[in-house]
Amino acid sequence: MTAIEFPGEPRRRGSNLEKWGWIYMRASGVVLLVLIFGHLFMNLMVGDGIQAIDFGFVGGKWADPFWQWWDVLMLWLALIHGANGMRTLVNDYTNPGTVQKVLKGALFAAAAVLIILGTLVVFTFEPCPAGAPADLLPSFCAA
Amino acid sequence: MPETSAGTLTTPEKPAKQKPGGTLYRGHEGMWSWVLHRITGVAIFFFLLVHILDTALVRVSPEAYNAVIGAYQTPIMGLGEVALVGAIVFHAFNGLRIILVDFWAWATRHQKVLFWVVIALWVVTMLAFTPRHLINVFSH
Ligand code: HEM
Ligand code: HEM
Repeated sequence: MTAIEFPGEPRRRGSNLEKWGWIYMRASGVVLLVLIFGHLFMNLMVGDGIQAIDFGFVGGKWADPFWQWWDVLMLWLALIHGANGMRTLVNDYTNPGTVQKVLKGALFAAAAVLIILGTLVVFTFEPCPAGAPADLLPSFCAA
Repeated sequence: MPETSAGTLTTPEKPAKQKPGGTLYRGHEGMWSWVLHRITGVAIFFFLLVHILDTALVRVSPEAYNAVIGAYQTPIMGLGEVALVGAIVFHAFNGLRIILVDFWAWATRHQKVLFWVVIALWVVTMLAFTPRHLINVFSH
């Protein structure tokens, strides 16, 4: 028996991947709202806001695993959500063919590279690099 | 435009005014919220690509990171940050509206009202954010 198709329903391509994409956009959206609003509040509203951000500020935040995981989760969820959303636009504005494949490949590559880069940056971060001027470093480096 | 009837069939009433194809969203709150959701989503995506690269400079050197972040602290970028936050706040609240409309019958029936709720929440959030951010940007 063939299922009745709703007119607005995305074309079924064999599997139910599109449905999982649809669910992902919604689930990640709710979590991202909390993560991004928290990020913006901590970095723009507290204290001197944007004027307080420098290497020492990042060192202070990432000294706490809580903020490390906060940022990594935000990184993964936002990039996958954004890249998947961009894929919808590519589907809407290009026809199936080489151009479409290249654009989707570029989206996938950009998301993958930045997810790996960003994750490495958070977890290999060195708050007190040797030889750097002390006044640029987080205060806990002095010892 | 004059509607010229070809003759033969007598249409009972004037046919319900024909709207252009794919009408569900066109021209009303539904369309504007969709267009704005799309534009803000794309803008945030491209910001995020750059933002991860600039943050990655903490692995290069304190000087390199501070130099880039210094660019974010200029008055012009300060205004740009207001635009960025405005885009995110809209996308976030409107995204929540989309989710509610998809899963909750009451919200489906009241999605127009909910669009104006999104706008109201956006205004309130931006009123709380913008003055504080601009004071930070311009008082240094
Ligand atoms: C003008 C607004 C923003 C400023 C000033 C800002 C600032 C920063 C700073 C200082 C960090 C370093 C770590 C930390 O503080 O947690 C960071 C990291 C990060 N930000 Fe933002 N941010 C802004 C907006 C955003 C937005 C809108 C998003 C999401 C779409 C975002 C996503 C991230 C992510 C994913 C990281 C971690 C990067 C990594 O893993 O290497 N930021 N941001
Ligand atoms: C702040 C919390 C966020 C929420 C609640 C949210 C929610 C949503 C929802 C519900 C959709 C609709 C998906 C659909 O119609 O199937 C969507 C689409 C999209 N989002 Fe987000 N999102 C958020 C953050 C982001 C971020 C950080 C980015 C960029 C990195 C982004 C980029 C996009 C794009 C490009 C689309 C596709 C737009 C379209 O198809 O017209 N969103 N978002």
